[in-house]
Amino acid sequence: MSEIDLTPLREILPIYALQGRSGLLPALHAAQKHYGWLPQPVAAEVAQALQVPLADVHGVIEFYSLFYNQPVGKRIIRICTDAACALKGADHILSGLCARHGIQPNQTALDGATTIESSPCLGLCDHAPAALVNNEAETNFDPSQNSWEPGRPASKIYRLSSFLTSNCGKGRAATLAEYGDYPAYHRTLTMTPESVIAEVKAAGLVGRGGAAFPTGIKWEGAAKADRFPKYLVCNADESEPGTFKDRVLLLDDPHCVIEGMCIAAHAIGAQKGYIYLRGEYPYILPGLENALAEAREAGYLGEKFDIEIRLGAGAYICGEETALFESIEGKRGYPRIKPPFPTTNGLFNQPTVINNVETLCNVPLIIAKGPSAYRQIGTEKSPGPKLFCVSGDVARPGVYEVPFGVTLRELLRMANGDPTDPLADSSLENHIQAILFGGAAGAFATSAHLDVKLTFEDLRAAGLPLGSGVVMVFNQSRDLRQTLAVLGKFFAHESCGKCYPCQMGTQRQAEILERIAEGKRKAGDLDRLQDIGWTMTDASLCGLGQTAASAVLSALKLGLIKI
Amino acid sequence: MPKLIIDAQEITVEDGLTILEAARQFAIDIPTICWHPATTANGLCRMCVVEIDGMRLLQPSCVVKAADGMKVQTKSERVNRARKTILEMLASSVDLADSPEIQGLMSEYSASPDRFPAAHRREVEVKDDNPMYIRDYAKCVLCWRCVQVCADDAQYTYAINFSGRGFETQIGTFFDIPMPATSCVFCGQCVGVCPTGALKPKREFLLEQGVAPEQIVVMNSGRKSKAKSQKS
Ligand SMILES: Cc1cc2nc3c(=O)[nH]c(=O)nc-3n(C[C@H](O)[C@H](O)[C@H](O)COP(=O)(O)O)c2cc1C
Ligand code: SF4
Ligand code: SF4
Ligand code: FES
Ligand code: FES
Repeated sequence: MSEIDLTPLREILPIYALQGRSGLLPALHAAQKHYGWLPQPVAAEVAQALQVPLADVHGVIEFYSLFYNQPVGKRIIRICTDAACALKGADHILSGLCARHGIQPNQTALDGATTIESSPCLGLCDHAPAALVNNEAETNFDPSQNSWEPGRPASKIYRLSSFLTSNCGKGRAATLAEYGDYPAYHRTLTMTPESVIAEVKAAGLVGRGGAAFPTGIKWEGAAKADRFPKYLVCNADESEPGTFKDRVLLLDDPHCVIEGMCIAAHAIGAQKGYIYLRGEYPYILPGLENALAEAREAGYLGEKFDIEIRLGAGAYICGEETALFESIEGKRGYPRIKPPFPTTNGLFNQPTVINNVETLCNVPLIIAKGPSAYRQIGTEKSPGPKLFCVSGDVARPGVYEVPFGVTLRELLRMANGDPTDPLADSSLENHIQAILFGGAAGAFATSAHLDVKLTFEDLRAAGLPLGSGVVMVFNQSRDLRQTLAVLGKFFAHESCGKCYPCQMGTQRQAEILERIAEGKRKAGDLDRLQDIGWTMTDASLCGLGQTAASAVLSALKLGLIKI
Repeated sequence: MPKLIIDAQEITVEDGLTILEAARQFAIDIPTICWHPATTANGLCRMCVVEIDGMRLLQPSCVVKAADGMKVQTKSERVNRARKTILEMLASSVDLADSPEIQGLMSEYSASPDRFPAAHRREVEVKDDNPMYIRDYAKCVLCWRCVQVCADDAQYTYAINFSGRGFETQIGTFFDIPMPATSCVFCGQCVGVCPTGALKPKREFLLEQGVAPEQIVVMNSGRKSKAKSQKS
């Protein structure tokens, strides 16, 4: 190990050291970029420069899937084997590619050039089966060649309304000139923070990240907290299996989320903002950096308020708001006990607002149109437009922008609306076995739910979580036991391990689901699944464990798996 | 002074107490695993969960403060199901042979150690790399106490942290180096708070292995074995 030259590392570390421990993830990313992995002397050097205990640095490296403390190939092929890709033969592709390199999944070929990994959802479900090779998205899989096309993943957008996605779909990011000169932000500068918050409240905006919390009330909480500095965080961790809408917004229209952040910062009095981008979206970085530079040049960002991008490193749990703060602080992504809540004790223990990308993209719309015009979109109780991520067994997977209130049937008609597809329209009932709603943390629906209106209130009444807008379709030929096994594996892989119900429950649940999928169910397994499921739901510390059995329990309740 | 009802008993307690502390003042028993008076409560084992009227989910009584008007049930059906399942999962994951307290809870909650067959267990070899204590992480229940006392809760030494994630989490050192190569000052605080025998004084360990007491004095006399383990 002594032959590792630490000189280049010593040159770059001082920049990160300025941020103290908070610079840890960026420093590890930079170090890994240079050395390919994180050998012990490199980790020690980072620890010393940032004044972080050695054991803690190791703990952080160990927590995040994308950090390696062992050598890996120059080319890392991450093949998604999650729910939507599994439907498109991902396991077969993975084993084929591994065989070609003479390795098992998660190993490095003998020549040391290539590592092949099986990955949780990459946020490319509209391109399933998808992969990520180093920093490039891999889409348009060609089964005859067993290969993908690398490069910017196409945005597949279908619309009944065009508020959030009007700039999307150009095949590149909208420039500042195309986006416009932040008119909504200019309007807020003539308004008091209180009146900005009042408009967001009046618009009835609720969070699109999964928890559906009223945005205006959240902002008010942080605005009223009288401690400074305050922070604004954009949650771009998008790791819920089946979710890819934020990817499209960030790639195609980055100024929309930046303008939303500028307005939110003005409303709550934040000087510093972060965009926490999931580590599996590295290809979004350049365009986003470029948009931030444009916004700085135009004077929208600068001394008063500026934004830093933080890249995650492979951990679904870091989408949970408090785990995300820990991650920015340079720690393992362990969720915190709530209360206290982020609005008073968030990032660096300071008052913080954290919002999802799509939530923030609604903000310029509300301010530009005014709350009452905004409320013309959608329904009375669920105002506004909504992005749905439709994937699985549909003719046209993609992001669907619709006003709240269309029915699931209307949405799926659009998604199967290819007139050459015999499954379009009226045969939906015959086609659909189940629909996973809201993501891995969501619940299953069946064709009996097709006429439910897609609003918060109607879905709640139907017992379906809107979650992050996932609608994943499974046709009649699918063996849902396989899907449940995939979901089980996802949660076992992503549990942070802090609290007992989820740490052990996700593992035990995955084991049982796997043997059920293999047709090797043991007597008592259904009772075990119920006890594990309810214990995780009822007693886990954070939302991950609380929802890790939700899809499984819903499938059992609907009788979707035949055992 | 909050006035609350715990298991139909009306009690009044000082401000700022957790439900657990309040209950204990009135001899209402709530089981705990991770909680320890010397460490910051993390609410992670969830054995102490209780049902509180008006709250959708069970709440960890070791961190939730007793508040005026609260109605708390410490022994409902939901509570018992969670505790029993947690114990059964624990028994299926780690070796509880040196955890008499947890075993006591197992029988109290009629938890079956064989509830989860064919379960992957956290099995690792005993780490015997210093003259003070051994680390037998197959017995570790991940209560975090050792990490906490080594860090901000007591010693500010930061010799140990975590490796892995989720079920595969383990307590460990920087790149798994032996304890004497870390910042460990062998204060023994971690051994003192470990509830499971995962951290055990070397002497006790050797006696259990059948080593004669007079031999242990020699092996335990510092220098020699420390130098040895540094080389390994
Ligand atoms: C396990 C877990 C993962 C989450 N992942 C995300 C995510 O990727 N993106 C997101 O916006 N919110 C995610 N959330 C929800 C956040 O905790 C938080 O509620 C949200 O960012 C708030 O923004 P909103 O109010 O605009 O929805 C996650 C929650 C949990 C429990
Ligand atoms: S519920 Fe799961 S992810 Fe959340 S704190 Fe507990 S172990 Fe971690
Ligand atoms: S070694 Fe002991 S004190 Fe440390 S986490 Fe494990 S059980 Fe707790
Ligand atoms: S990218 Fe494969 S399931 Fe989402
Ligand atoms: S004692 Fe309360 S969670 Fe462990």
